[in-house]
Amino acid sequence: MTTHSRNETLLEVESISLSFGGVHALSDVSFDIRKGEVRSIIGPNGAGKSSMLNVINGFYHPQEGSITYQGKRRAQMKPHEAALGGIARTFQNIALFRGMSTLDNIMTGRNTKMSKGLFWQALHFGPAKREEIENREFVEHVIDFLEIQTIRKTPVGRLPYGLQKRVELGRALAAEPTLLLLDEPMAGMNLEEKEDMSRFILETNEEFGTTIALIEHDMGVVMDISDRVVVLDYGRKIAEGTPEEVRANQNVIDAYLGVSHD
Amino acid sequence: MSGSSESEAGTFPRLLRIRREKDGATPAMREKAFGIWQTWSLDEFCDEAFFFASGLMHLGMSRGDTLVIIGDNRPRLYASMLAAQSIGGIPVPAYQDSIAKEIEYVVDHAEARFIVAENQEQVDKALEIREQCPRVEKIIYCDPKGLRKYDQDVVIDMRHIVALGRDLLQSDPDRVNIEIDKGLSSDTAVILYTSGTTGRPKGVVLSNENLLVTARNTSAFDKVTADEEVLAYLPMAWVGDNAFSFAMGLVVGFCVNCPENASTVAQDLREIGPTYYFAPPRVFENVLTSVMIRMKDAGSFKRTLFNHFMKVAKKSGARLLDGQKVSVISRLHYQIGELLIYGPIKNSLGLNRVRVAYTAGEAIGPEIFEFYRSLGVNLKQLYGQTEATVFITMQPDGAVRSESVGTPPPGVEIRIEDSGEVLYRSPGVFQKYFKNPEATAETKTSDRWVRTGDAGYFDDEGHLRIIDRAKDVGKLNDDSMFAPKFLENKLKFYPEIQEAVTFGDGRDFVTAFINIDLDAVANWAERNNVAYASYQELAANPKVYDLIQDCVEKVNRSISKDAYLATSQIRRFLVLHKELDPDDGELTRTRKVRRRIVNERYSDLIEALFDGRQRCFVSTEVMFEDGRQGKIEANLEIRDVDVGSLEARAVA
Repeated sequence: MTTHSRNETLLEVESISLSFGGVHALSDVSFDIRKGEVRSIIGPNGAGKSSMLNVINGFYHPQEGSITYQGKRRAQMKPHEAALGGIARTFQNIALFRGMSTLDNIMTGRNTKMSKGLFWQALHFGPAKREEIENREFVEHVIDFLEIQTIRKTPVGRLPYGLQKRVELGRALAAEPTLLLLDEPMAGMNLEEKEDMSRFILETNEEFGTTIALIEHDMGVVMDISDRVVVLDYGRKIAEGTPEEVRANQNVIDAYLGVSHD
Repeated sequence: MSGSSESEAGTFPRLLRIRREKDGATPAMREKAFGIWQTWSLDEFCDEAFFFASGLMHLGMSRGDTLVIIGDNRPRLYASMLAAQSIGGIPVPAYQDSIAKEIEYVVDHAEARFIVAENQEQVDKALEIREQCPRVEKIIYCDPKGLRKYDQDVVIDMRHIVALGRDLLQSDPDRVNIEIDKGLSSDTAVILYTSGTTGRPKGVVLSNENLLVTARNTSAFDKVTADEEVLAYLPMAWVGDNAFSFAMGLVVGFCVNCPENASTVAQDLREIGPTYYFAPPRVFENVLTSVMIRMKDAGSFKRTLFNHFMKVAKKSGARLLDGQKVSVISRLHYQIGELLIYGPIKNSLGLNRVRVAYTAGEAIGPEIFEFYRSLGVNLKQLYGQTEATVFITMQPDGAVRSESVGTPPPGVEIRIEDSGEVLYRSPGVFQKYFKNPEATAETKTSDRWVRTGDAGYFDDEGHLRIIDRAKDVGKLNDDSMFAPKFLENKLKFYPEIQEAVTFGDGRDFVTAFINIDLDAVANWAERNNVAYASYQELAANPKVYDLIQDCVEKVNRSISKDAYLATSQIRRFLVLHKELDPDDGELTRTRKVRRRIVNERYSDLIEALFDGRQRCFVSTEVMFEDGRQGKIEANLEIRDVDVGSLEARAVA
């Protein structure tokens, strides 16, 4: 396990409440993410985990509370601010361009790094070409890192699920994120694919110092790779701490195993 | 300095030094990395090798030390072989897919103090065996990915050693040259561990001369030039890669291309379009299967076109390749096929530029072999082994057969003993097995003849035919040769036959057990309205017997023309009521027949095959998959088969 002693806070959410009409998805949730750590968000189905990620990267706008990212406090994040500020994410249900190749999909992750306008890019000439070559080189390093050279030119829609997940991680990494949000990166994977994915997540964290926040259902994985865990249930934070602390917490045990109401 | 011309350079490092003078800027190797083919000029390659050599000297490597190299084909790993040779060390490439236990044997036996490991995966293996191999001092890696947290005293980055070596060479420019000058052509160039099927692997010691002379002779045989493109994708620990990629590449000066990784070989092959290509039969077989499957999925127009032109190819393709006479009309017809079908297929397989392709290692199915030749791919067979620096026989252009393995190239002599065993003597004959004088004495005679362990004979055209392992070859009562494996392979080329066991040693004639291939025969049964409820019932069906009999008769017809084996035609056969199974000990786990066990279990049936009975009752104990014991009983029919006339060409 990684022991980053830098306790500097990268992101802090305070008293976040989010509701859709009468449904309270999140109620008064606060926690922080420190620089360089692997932070897991766990909880039973419908606990509000994905909503929390969506709040962090600006997809949902909470009614109450504030988000402080890299020292800047705001009531809500805007998606483009999040992207430009170095927050990248993957999705629970994979959101790739299915007809495009692995390479092109990962190239889209470089979008924020490309400054030349449509005109230059269409001409594919001079500075635009140079820029594309530089970015392509970076993407090739991502491909090498994730060991997906074989599928470089394969349309993503033809790939098996586990590899699509890896391509999606690749696209997020291509953005050189400061904070990487992973929404159930191992869902539906077999043991070997889970092991591979865990290895990539840990290597990303260790080699590039990327801060990672992930939602995951596989407790074994969560306990193995997280530095700290936050537990949500019915939109509320019920526990927080190191994997060992969370494992021993009575609230968590009740939330997962159920509790009798008499 | 001794030997200033290329042909006189007695060692690889010296050859490299001479070649660098005149073609320093030419590409020596290419490696696909980060999506691009990155070229190493001969100069860069030499620098890497000699700088690394200088660094290895600093680490304390001295003459006679071994350097174990584990990894995929990479320019850096080839350079490290040369680095070791430059300072009188001995490179020992190990199979990159070996488990730690196998690496441990090689490292321990070779007494290696240094290991070059390609990446984290290989470093982990090397670290795992450190306790058992305390001699190992340093593990040097090429790819730093994932290795940041390793103990940097033991595990070191190759680039650091190379940089260190370069600095040392700046203050003392001749420190490597002096060592290169000390090298002799009789010095060991490489030790290759053969993956022995029985017992421990043996370290085959090959000298610089072995590899250099063999490379020169075989290059001349196939007129290999510096313009060839070669893909180095077979393991570096395998003698073929040492001969084709390493030795011939350096001697002739063509560029050797290293694929991105093991799973991209097919794509890389297409991008490079090699002109000189080697693959084991398995690869050719898989490629053919994938072509056939894709054609089955294609539209009916394409499929019809394909089928039509494949018939044309079958008729004239191989003949054109062999330079035989073909009518102008057929030639034209074939040319249209080349335009529409053969060319595009070869292009998509990366074989369109192939001038010479070789296959070896095991028997290749004749229809697979002929498929490639009819497309115009000059696929040839060779017969060789590690102990011979590969080459024992090769097929010359224009005289390629599917059933024989060609003639000895220049410098190779072949002798066949009374037992049928093939012996050879050549400039490539290995020096010895490393630290194993008993095995050396068993294999290599005092006058440098080497026993292959294979039985064979020369056919009427003077081509060598390998028929079986020498120890399996027996004799019929009329003293003619009986080669069970040869017959069984012939039978197994028919898709209906899964497995066959033939009997004949010490008998008057030859008989066979046949296992039907359930998939193929069930498919046939469906198309021919043959109903059945179980494997046993299908196997006993008279119509299935007819089907098998047809195959056996075809085999008989094909060997009736053979002077040596005509007496081995199969007179009687039966179809077994159960599949031979590793769980019952009848096959090995790699699905080779255990003859002794089959002989014991089915002794009744074997007697029945020879004593003329028409039926025989059998009861066999079997182990079911859930571990229960059971019994299968059957009353098996025994068929007599027509035998082609023994064309009275009695065997000497």
